[in-house]
Amino acid sequence: MRETDGWTLLVIVGMTAISVITRSFFFISEREWRLPDWAQRGLQYAPIAALAAVIAPDLVLTDGVIGNLLKDARVWSGLAAAAFYFWRRHWSFALVGAIAVGMAVFLPLRILLNW
Amino acid sequence: MNMPLPPDQRDDLSAPGRLGNWVAGRIEAFAHTARHPLFWVGAREMSGISVGLTAWSFMTGVAMVKSGMTLTEAVLMSLLVFAGSAQLAVIPLLAAGAPLWVILAAAFCVNLRFVVFSLHLREYFMFLPRAKRLWLGYFTGDVTYVLYTRRFPKPAETERQRRAQMAYLWGGNCCNWVFWQTFSMLGIFLGAALPERWGLEFTGTLALLAVTCSLAATRLRAFSALVSAAAAVVLFSLPYRLNIVAAIAVAVALCLFIEPKLQPPSGGRGGPRCVKPMAGRCW
Repeated sequence: MRETDGWTLLVIVGMTAISVITRSFFFISEREWRLPDWAQRGLQYAPIAALAAVIAPDLVLTDGVIGNLLKDARVWSGLAAAAFYFWRRHWSFALVGAIAVGMAVFLPLRILLNW
Repeated sequence: MNMPLPPDQRDDLSAPGRLGNWVAGRIEAFAHTARHPLFWVGAREMSGISVGLTAWSFMTGVAMVKSGMTLTEAVLMSLLVFAGSAQLAVIPLLAAGAPLWVILAAAFCVNLRFVVFSLHLREYFMFLPRAKRLWLGYFTGDVTYVLYTRRFPKPAETERQRRAQMAYLWGGNCCNWVFWQTFSMLGIFLGAALPERWGLEFTGTLALLAVTCSLAATRLRAFSALVSAAAAVVLFSLPYRLNIVAAIAVAVALCLFIEPKLQPPSGGRGGPRCVKPMAGRCW
């Protein structure tokens, strides 16, 4: 395992600041103020876009290129997890269940078949 | 536990003395809050949900340590950042050596839902001085926000109501924090012991995938996710993981462009924006 480095610590400090700023965003200042209309509407779409942008390459790319998706444990696991979530979305354990289903598909394919 | 109180030293002006006084004051204030019956109501209501979230915090711990972070880094990140989806989202960026601003931009975007909550919480928190507002805001996560605003649909007006509301919220926040950190630490230390070959860091990706699905409450949001995913893959060769920032920009811009065309002409402002199930009110 590598050494703890200052750069990662800087990232952690920066992210802590992001946590404080985003959670307190509209009550940092005493003054009442509003975001411009487009930014307010954008708040609806940015979080899901950010998450999708982070996970999509992790699901389909191998060393920067799209590999054989049919023989990829990650793809099947992701499909299974998403399918489970939308099937059981009103269930209180839907999130955790989706992750469990995904891992249940992922681990055998990865460990036994080396996909 | 009944501890003997130290003699009052308010007139001691040495630095350690003042620090001690300050800490004692904070502890007294906390004990005052914790003695309020609503503190324990808040904690109890949160605990039911916290049990469901333990798997989540455990996996965040596993994913952090499996991505190559050291134990110190993972522990510090969990204790300080205290934002599961943002932590999970930056793990691949950290591992790929993305520049600081890209990592912070991604964390900021993932956390934007809190910005929405903070607009709502403003009227509840404005009576506090700024430092306390920020402190309280930092500890108020998604679930405690939802429980709090569900139990108190209106901001407090009297001192008594304020105390009750703060006690309830801190009860939930403390419960959430203790559960989250405990299981996150378990994940970090047990995760470090599990074999590399299992690819357990993949739980982090799956966890984010599940959150993404849960956010897809409207067709336009699902569209935003698909556009962003496709763009992030196509633009993957951009340096510094700029594909993340570019994909978010493309997806949000496209949604903003399409949104007015999907709204019924008479419906005006209330249309597809009013669907966020978590936010206590429409805006």
